[in-house]
Amino acid sequence: MGVALWNQLEHAHQRLLAGEDSASTKAPEVAPAEQATLLVANDNDNSLITETQSLPLPQDAESRARVILGKLLDLYAASESTHPVSGGAGSVAQVFLLPASSLAAETPVPPFPAGSLGLPCRPPGQPYKPMDEKVPCASEPKSNGHKADANGPQLAVVNLTGSFAASHPSGIEVETLTVQSICATLHANLPRVTEVRFLVDGQRRATLAGHADLTRTYLTTDAIPAAGPHP
Amino acid sequence: MRWIKTVFGKRPHRWALAVVAASAASLSGISQARSAPPAPPGPAPQPALAPPAPRFVVVLDASHGGDDTGGRLGDEQEKAFTLALSVRLRSLLGARGIQVITTRESDTNLDPNRRAEIANHANAQACLSLHASETGSGIHLFASSLAPAASNRFSAWKTAQAAWVTRSLALAGVVNSVLLHADLPVSLGRTTLATIDSMTCPAIALEVSPTRGPGNAITADLDDPGYQARVAEALAAALLEWKTEVHQP
Repeated sequence: MGVALWNQLEHAHQRLLAGEDSASTKAPEVAPAEQATLLVANDNDNSLITETQSLPLPQDAESRARVILGKLLDLYAASESTHPVSGGAGSVAQVFLLPASSLAAETPVPPFPAGSLGLPCRPPGQPYKPMDEKVPCASEPKSNGHKADANGPQLAVVNLTGSFAASHPSGIEVETLTVQSICATLHANLPRVTEVRFLVDGQRRATLAGHADLTRTYLTTDAIPAAGPHP
Repeated sequence: MRWIKTVFGKRPHRWALAVVAASAASLSGISQARSAPPAPPGPAPQPALAPPAPRFVVVLDASHGGDDTGGRLGDEQEKAFTLALSVRLRSLLGARGIQVITTRESDTNLDPNRRAEIANHANAQACLSLHASETGSGIHLFASSLAPAASNRFSAWKTAQAAWVTRSLALAGVVNSVLLHADLPVSLGRTTLATIDSMTCPAIALEVSPTRGPGNAITADLDDPGYQARVAEALAAALLEWKTEVHQP
């Protein structure tokens, strides 16, 4: 009896030790670190500077885009930033990637994903009205004739938070640099992204903070800086 | 009157006045001739008509206004700064014989479409959208980021500036050159601004910021009257320079 009790005690002790060995002592890495290229804005000379950062990046392209833009906005939120904008990584709520339309940059009505934002959306089949603030529901892009091309150009829809837009400094230069750095950073890391549109809290918004037009589709080629200071 | 329009195009009144003046001159000539000895026969002298002065109109758009206060500039609001700059610049340009049309003269709400409508009706040779910001340094000049396009009889409202982008870039170049000559730091860029994107004239947006020295220290702030005067004088000189360039054959 005594021997049996001793064995049970020993087994329990071994199980406890085994459990301790397998207990996590450091945070799991969700993805291996990779190089990401950031186009960082500089208010002093109205330029975009290329900077390389090593950070864990998920494989999914949309998540990857969100992480990279989050890092860019973290740099802007840091003290001694060359383009001080508060908010940080949490300011990018979502990034959606869609097949790019062949429509021009100035097209006022692009296909949006949405519905998935948990916000009121326009049901499929209901026609677009210029003053309608609702974006199409998630199923609409699939039904409007676009066919996803695995290697074709993509439209990125960047959904920013309302608090980011509300706290963004007002001015043509500072707002334009934020928009251009986001567009150029997306294209540098996801070369298929050729067009970018912006939403704020899932809705269209006239300007970022009173100046830069957010109703347009931006071409990433317009945001890529030439050699030397931009433009 | 219809024949006058047919012959002289869109501005018959100017020509009609000239014709009336010429007739009056020739009539007075006739009355003088009656009291003078008869002149030898020959071809009647033609009254010399001075060619009409080339038209040059500048549109000044003081951004924001009313409920739209624009950015905060210390204790001031952007809408007040831009209105004050517009008023000052209008006086300086008026003194140089340049016709000026302003989009607003008081603290009123004006949406971007209305601003562009005013500019487009003016058929101006230069349109300036005036802005101010606490960020950056010096004067920021922006032309529309729209790709240049050929001029069409009908163009989309939101991209009407596309046909004028090349002229707008030339205007930005002249303003940049004159501001630099006045020792003002300048940066050039392209932007998407609804107001200038709908304008059918050489259009630029101009953002005034404090000037900064080493360590980002402000050397001339926006509320500095001397700095404001320098900016306004330099802009007036730039538009005068642009006028001579526009009227060069």
